Amino acid sequence: MNVCYQNKDLECVNRSSLDSIQTAGLQFSVAQALKTKFYAARLKGHVSSPEDIRSLNDLKRIPFTTKDDLRESYTDGILATEFKHVVRLHTSSGTTGVPTVIYHTQKDLNNWTELMERSLIASGATCEDIFQNMMTYGMFTGGLGFHYGAEKLGILVIPTGSGNTKRQLQLMKDFKTTLVHATPSYMFHMASTMNEHGFSMKDFNLKKAYIGGEPHSENTRKKIEELFGIEAYNSFGLSEMNGPGVAFECVYKTGLHVWEDSYILEVIDPQSGELVKDGEIGEIVFTTLRREATPILRYRTRDLASVIPGVCPCGRTHRRLSRIAGRTDDMLIINGANVFPSQIEQILMKVPEVGTNYMILVSKDGALDKLTVQVEIHSKTFHGDMSELGVLKHKIKDELKASIMINPSVELHEPGSLPQFEMKAKRVVDSRIKI
Amino acid sequence: MKLTQISVFLENKKGRLYDATRLLGENNVNIRALTIAESQDFGVLRIVVDNPEKGLEVLKNNKFMASFTDIVAVEVGDDPGGLAHVLKVFADTGINIEYMYAFVEKNTDKALMVFRFDNTDGAIKVLQQNKINVVGKKEIADL
Repeated sequence: MNVCYQNKDLECVNRSSLDSIQTAGLQFSVAQALKTKFYAARLKGHVSSPEDIRSLNDLKRIPFTTKDDLRESYTDGILATEFKHVVRLHTSSGTTGVPTVIYHTQKDLNNWTELMERSLIASGATCEDIFQNMMTYGMFTGGLGFHYGAEKLGILVIPTGSGNTKRQLQLMKDFKTTLVHATPSYMFHMASTMNEHGFSMKDFNLKKAYIGGEPHSENTRKKIEELFGIEAYNSFGLSEMNGPGVAFECVYKTGLHVWEDSYILEVIDPQSGELVKDGEIGEIVFTTLRREATPILRYRTRDLASVIPGVCPCGRTHRRLSRIAGRTDDMLIINGANVFPSQIEQILMKVPEVGTNYMILVSKDGALDKLTVQVEIHSKTFHGDMSELGVLKHKIKDELKASIMINPSVELHEPGSLPQFEMKAKRVVDSRIKI
Repeated sequence: MKLTQISVFLENKKGRLYDATRLLGENNVNIRALTIAESQDFGVLRIVVDNPEKGLEVLKNNKFMASFTDIVAVEVGDDPGGLAHVLKVFADTGINIEYMYAFVEKNTDKALMVFRFDNTDGAIKVLQQNKINVVGKKEIADL
């Protein structure tokens, strides 16, 4: 197999040198963090200067950072540079509607772009490729992250963004696209609607797909590879750590190499906070090592995965992460979009005709995810009129769509007919194939 | 001359229609006419019974969502053009028929139809002006 590197010395560096790189990076991050309002307060009594970090063992002295911490630091609680040095920000919204923000200096963007380029090279992409980026551009980091990385590598980028399947297929055909970046759901969607748009597989010159945005199984990857006759790579990233380019698969596809010169990876027991052994599933914790504007120390991602033991045949020493095995919280990822059950609850509870009991069902409808919301209606709201119920159904549907950006199917049920919960309610049933 | 229909919300669940009809039967409420309006996940059962008050009470006591709806029962000539004759009188009145269905029983040589109008009182007036027989509560109970 043809293995290419962006920087072989760095990617295949021995672990003790990597430790030194990480220690220096951590010292830099702590120095940056101490300039921020949030960490200046948070690190008090733990770490008071970069000199306190003498080795990676001192990482333990630093408390964890959570999503809530990021929310509470909105807008400028975690900003280590002057505003005039910031060239971009990305926000992501969450369950409570309070967003989080990540700032980037030009150097931060350059580093991100470099990691993304490294990722693409690791998967075998070259400047001869033609790349159609089918992920959303804008605040969502997946679109822009890949875009800049691919351009840096000299790839011809077609920045289509998501949606408009017919045009995607037409461009893939016209420009002999060799690489695409899409959610697994969208790959299946393209495959299944190709014929009705007047295309067939032989119209395309596709070689590789980068699939990300939603967790998927090895079987999903294989299915995509077989359907299109291509190689599919699992792309992993999170907006708090820039976006894509945090960890990537090499041509051997045996796990995601975490770029450990730029991030410290810890996999911990979510309860005790202690490190778990390689091969054991735990919560992924990341620390940025190179970011100037928004340093984040020991960030609890709530994603569950394990470190794959052993060494990769590609020669890279950067450790490999398994596929995401789940979430420590209850976030649902539906067709690539993040949905919290609490968002749905919030909307339902605003509709006076709706009772207190509801269920959220997530299933597969062909290639795409399907969200069904079952609600009990108030007995007082039934006047014997069929059309009134139809109107109510549409009202609920529209309100949900406006909040979660996903079109749910809404079912009306009689009071008392949905499962009742005495203790902790289990209102979410996800019947998609478990990964 | 308005009549009362019971409308029952039925979610799309096995045995739900059976439960409703069984309850009425056990309580001696006799169904005279019925129809079901359906959508993907629920339906509305519409019934005319001999004792609507009792029927509604029984259903509500058993946690069915049910309510009264005003309807009109009309005698329609049981011959070609019979229904068209009745519909014709509403053609220029601005009164709309929301839905209609037929009785199971036959009253002499006429067929009996249930009409739900968007203006019940206005519809009764039009029917009477055109000498079309509107059936009363007692006649339904006596069917």
